[in-house]
Amino acid sequence: MITKTVKAINYFAKATVLLALLAMNSGAGFAQSAAPDPAMVEKGKELFTNNCAACHAVTDEIVVGPGLKGIDARRDEAWLIKWIKNNVAVIESGDAYAVALYNKYNKAAMNIFPSFKDDDIRSILAYVKDTEIKAAVVVAPVGGGGGGGQASGGESSGLFNYIVMGMLALMSLVLLALLSMVNTLSKTVGGAGNLATDNLPSFGERFKTGIEALSGNPAFKSAAWLFFLLVVGKATIDGSYAIGIHQGYAPTQPIEFSHKLHAGEYKINCNYCHTGVYKGKGANIPAANICMNCHNAIKKESPEIQKIYKAIETDQPIEWVRVHNLPDLAYFNHAQHTNVGGIQCQQCHGEVEKMEVIQQRSSLTMGWCIDCHRKTNVNAKDNAYYDKLVELHKAEGGKELKVANIGGLECSKCHY
Amino acid sequence: MENTTKRYWKGLEELRNDSEFVKYANKEFPDSPVDSEGTYRRDFLKTLGFGIAAVSLAACETPIRKAVPYLNKPEDIEATIANWYASTYTDGGEYASVLVKTREGRPIKLEVNKLSSISKGLGVRAHASVLSLYDNEKLKGPQVTGKSAAWETLDKDVMAGLAKSSNVRIISGSILSPSTKAVIAGFKAKYPSTQHISYDANSVSGLAQANGGIVPSYDFSKANAIVGLSCDFLGTWLAPDAFSSQWAKGRKLGKDKKEMSQHFQFESILSLTGSNADYRTPIKPSQEGLVVASLYNKIVGGSLNDGGIKVENLDKAAKKLLANKGAALVVSGSNDPAIQVLVNEINKALGSYGTTIDMGTPVNYRQGNDLAMNTFIDELKAGKIDAVIFYNTNPVYNHTRGEEIAAALPKVNLSVAFNERADETASLCKFIAPDSHYLESWNDAEPKRGSLSLCQPTISTIFNTRQAQDSLLKWSEANVAYADLLQSNWTANYLKGKSWTQVLHDGVHEMGSSVSSATPSGDVAAAAASIAKNYKANNSGIEFITYEKVGIGTGSQANNPWLQEFPDPISKACWDNYAAMSQATATSLKLKSFDVVKVAVKGKEFELPVLIQPGQANDTVAIAIGYGRTKAGKSADGVGVNVFPLVGTMATATITATGEENKIGQTQTHETVMGRTAVLQESVLANWQKNPKAGKHIVEIETSEGPKTPTEITLWNGHERKNHAWGMVIDLNACNGCGACVVSCQAENNIAVVGRKEVIMRREMHWMRIDRYYSTDIDTDGMSALDRALEGGLEVASANPEVTFQPLMCQHCNNAPCETVCPVLATTHSSEGLNQMTYNRCIGTRYCANNCPYKVRRFNWFKYFDEGDKFDFHFNNDLGKMVINPDVTVRSRGVMEKCSMCVQRIQAGKLEAKKERRRPGSNEIQTACSQSCPTGAITFGDMNDQTSDIAQLISHEKDGRLFYMLEEINVLPSVSYLTKIRNKDGKAEVAHAGHKEEHKHEEKVEHEGHKAE
Repeated sequence: MITKTVKAINYFAKATVLLALLAMNSGAGFAQSAAPDPAMVEKGKELFTNNCAACHAVTDEIVVGPGLKGIDARRDEAWLIKWIKNNVAVIESGDAYAVALYNKYNKAAMNIFPSFKDDDIRSILAYVKDTEIKAAVVVAPVGGGGGGGQASGGESSGLFNYIVMGMLALMSLVLLALLSMVNTLSKTVGGAGNLATDNLPSFGERFKTGIEALSGNPAFKSAAWLFFLLVVGKATIDGSYAIGIHQGYAPTQPIEFSHKLHAGEYKINCNYCHTGVYKGKGANIPAANICMNCHNAIKKESPEIQKIYKAIETDQPIEWVRVHNLPDLAYFNHAQHTNVGGIQCQQCHGEVEKMEVIQQRSSLTMGWCIDCHRKTNVNAKDNAYYDKLVELHKAEGGKELKVANIGGLECSKCHY
Repeated sequence: MENTTKRYWKGLEELRNDSEFVKYANKEFPDSPVDSEGTYRRDFLKTLGFGIAAVSLAACETPIRKAVPYLNKPEDIEATIANWYASTYTDGGEYASVLVKTREGRPIKLEVNKLSSISKGLGVRAHASVLSLYDNEKLKGPQVTGKSAAWETLDKDVMAGLAKSSNVRIISGSILSPSTKAVIAGFKAKYPSTQHISYDANSVSGLAQANGGIVPSYDFSKANAIVGLSCDFLGTWLAPDAFSSQWAKGRKLGKDKKEMSQHFQFESILSLTGSNADYRTPIKPSQEGLVVASLYNKIVGGSLNDGGIKVENLDKAAKKLLANKGAALVVSGSNDPAIQVLVNEINKALGSYGTTIDMGTPVNYRQGNDLAMNTFIDELKAGKIDAVIFYNTNPVYNHTRGEEIAAALPKVNLSVAFNERADETASLCKFIAPDSHYLESWNDAEPKRGSLSLCQPTISTIFNTRQAQDSLLKWSEANVAYADLLQSNWTANYLKGKSWTQVLHDGVHEMGSSVSSATPSGDVAAAAASIAKNYKANNSGIEFITYEKVGIGTGSQANNPWLQEFPDPISKACWDNYAAMSQATATSLKLKSFDVVKVAVKGKEFELPVLIQPGQANDTVAIAIGYGRTKAGKSADGVGVNVFPLVGTMATATITATGEENKIGQTQTHETVMGRTAVLQESVLANWQKNPKAGKHIVEIETSEGPKTPTEITLWNGHERKNHAWGMVIDLNACNGCGACVVSCQAENNIAVVGRKEVIMRREMHWMRIDRYYSTDIDTDGMSALDRALEGGLEVASANPEVTFQPLMCQHCNNAPCETVCPVLATTHSSEGLNQMTYNRCIGTRYCANNCPYKVRRFNWFKYFDEGDKFDFHFNNDLGKMVINPDVTVRSRGVMEKCSMCVQRIQAGKLEAKKERRRPGSNEIQTACSQSCPTGAITFGDMNDQTSDIAQLISHEKDGRLFYMLEEINVLPSVSYLTKIRNKDGKAEVAHAGHKEEHKHEEKVEHEGHKAE
């Protein structure tokens, strides 16, 4: 009862703050005639998604830390730069606002970003500002339309399912009706025949003699055997091809982690947890300390999150079940594909952001690799490594430079 | 080979044309390893049935694999990305500044730290030391009287013992670390009766004695004339890696360097240094002093008693030295101070001090004091010592008086060893407080005055070990950790405002020192008298010699399978020591190779096989130190015999045959050139100066339209190399055959160790081998080697042959013969010029190896990992497997393998460049061998990149020394060689060969590979 009241008060407080912010915001928005530099915004967006998005929203929503909408109005730039670089130092310096903020968010300190340059922080702020302006322009006229559209989109796919199911039901009804009609007709006809010949065999008997005659036919027998062998053969071959292929493999994990929630709903960048994905061979399963960046504040009491706490307390690492397994004889490097090739994670891993339980979507066979190397264009744009190769390829009259054209099918690209 | 009258041979069996040699030469692979009983039908069916069942069962269930991330990931570690740390390798007085490659916290490879002015490449033992870290037979924790105990117990007991002791000794090898010395000084302050005694297993105390207690630094790069007197400075003496790099500077020839140093060697055994000398003369140990005296007379002009000795090439050497005053250097490996005094005088007369010798920058590689050590042993025997601490040293094994120490040690009240294992000495001590491996430790080193380096831990301690320094600090109740003491010592004394982090990052801190032209003073008359007394011009009997091997050294890392399997650069023998003698001596004793003999010297007897070593002085028998360990571990125990008790003794040996035979794993003739001639090409300096193509075999093939180059009449289509064209040029003048590349390659590429038995079966797996050829000019009178041998001329042929080293690995032919014969396309060509080997595709027909003209392919006869007793090396236990490079597949039984030109490094280098949106730097990508070569003999790179070293070298040398091995078969290798040029008088080129060259000048000897450029 008490918690509820507190919550209610909290909401009320937030609402008030929000209203106040909105008021200030609109003023600020109009005062600032020039929109932020787009390049800066772009850079800011990247930095924001990689570093901030896990805890902060650009709107006024509170994720872990406060929403950043209108941040430039709340604090001046110099203070923010100081704060983002090393908030702990600011708190320790006894800055009243900082201390208040720290206390307000349960004394959960924000990460420090000593590697950020001042301009990096300015670009992040520019991005926050930019989204605010855009939201102000877009949201105002359309109102709730966007949300509605999305909702209807969700419904439409549901509706399709209903239609299909309905049609199926209808068809089975029709089938039933037809069958009953056939039955009635044959009875009627049988009855009529009975009247005429009196000793005509029943449907069952006729069926039986028919089968007997057929099974006595050597041609049919051979054909049946052949068919049987072919089916078995095909099944065996298909089965052997499937050995070691674990497409669809979705084992139960020690912790019920949902990619759908983290990557889908909260839109946390893959790189935030899988820190190696642009840098090295392995994308890497995140260490527990990465979970703790957020979960030292969020959903601490959830039994699943408690497992992480327990692992840390007992110093026992979490043993995740490996989903994507390549044999040791194949060398695969994430950085080559994501960083250099510019391939989206989803291309190989499927729509991870929709998976409640992570699943192997691609076959990960050599044929699958080769196929992609044949079809995919080299991401040569702005990469001086490929300049000479692109030129040579053009000079030889080649059209698109595929991975296969630059040795992407050679053995020792993956086997050594 | 083609343009000379020399005959090349890799071993006497080849020269003799033994039936066994012929059999092997015709059959690359030994017979199938199946037992001679054969396979029976029932067994076959059983196996078949079981196999099918196993396969179907295996297919049903895939094991669940776990992915276990860090709990708290260190910020700078990213799984699958290597981290590099600068550190320092020290083992006794051995030193190297290294970079340690770690993967997920495991050190897996060592490379040279290019910031160091001392280390220019790593030696064999430095490379192998990373495997010693994962030695499963080290102590897992402290021990008290042979039982494991807790550190607290050990500390309490040792401190109680020390408190009661009135005569404490610390026995150590040469300690390079100034901070460790500070710790010992602190210990001495706490226990004032303490004396610190250093000794070296391979002592140079004679040299130090003659130089007033210091060992000066030498610079071979400044010497135009070098004379080595029984001094293996390229292989084992003081700092061979540093000396090799200096020596090679003087030996390299090129566009702007038309002169090279001249190197004379006078020695008893054929050492690595001697095999690289221009003129080498075998002398007996009993003549050494007289040779020096004679050289003294020739240089300084005295009339010392030289016993009237006549030594071949000595006049020539004296003349060369005198002509190069100020750029000359005479070094002696003798431990006789009298010899060293004379050598110092010779160097003085030659003006070497201040140029090639620097007394102002002494080196600390050997600090041993043999006299102090002898006093200690006397005191120990007399029961005067009540506490002794062995600081990582093993005198029971490696000291001449080891047996006496072993006998006296149990009587000492308190005996402590810091040794990493319960070895010969430590097992006799009451307490063993195992020291951590250097890769687990903080330390520093001052190999040379003014040049310091730091050693930092790259892995947390694997076993419950503690750094020896921390133990000493604990016992001296100095409440400080060694790591902190180290840092404060540096801040106070060395950093001088420089940041600690920066120095730790760089690994080296060179404060510089000024070259001094100070000279040592010595009593020439006394030295001469001592020499006249101790040496004889014509000694009778067979003289006994002990020597150090390039691979195993003093045996401190003997339990390292890489070192045991490393073929000795000269004898090409591994997993053994042996009684080496010349052919003439063996003939006179009626012995042949592998006969087991009993060598009796001064009442000690050793039983071991004979190895006939061409070039060794007659009437000598040589046995290497470093073998015959008894308590080192599985790989070392019982391999060879221990001759440390006889180190430094001049004595004659009695040799008796036992009638038994014991084969030595000698890889020298495992691969042969099958009578092909254009393998090795060499000339002499004067000829090369006149004609840069001197000694090269110009290949022409007669056709109906006249002579053509092989490339003109090729049947091959060749391969295009648009992007990169990886290649290698090996300078035979710089390569001294040390073999560092062999072990570096083994570490990088997870090459299996096969063991003694399999090496004898010719199944060693090294991807890289260094072919060592002997050559003799015996065919001049029209007689073949065989005829000569039949007439007893074998002794003549092998008395003092010239030696040439030729590193050989897969040549990555553009027209690769192996590729055409593979029935399953497991070996194919890449668009970057690599000959790719795909293990998972290979079915083991071995056609490729049969068709390889260079014999560089290796077949996995067995599964060399997890094989229980059969291959019980590091691949057989989880700890040893930690050294495996995760980027390279561990090959299984039945597949072929070979040099991949470190394709994993190429791929990694390319990816790094792509990630940064640029082309790879001109010399950014290096293979394990090219990276580790102390002499810079191997140039690797992209031949398409005109700014790379290799492209420039090829463009300079294309019409000069560059040659391709077996050019006549037109396989277009990516690896090329630069002819070996010796700085000696030689015959003028054979006239018709010269003509041929004139005639050839206009013709293109261009390679298709280069056309792609």
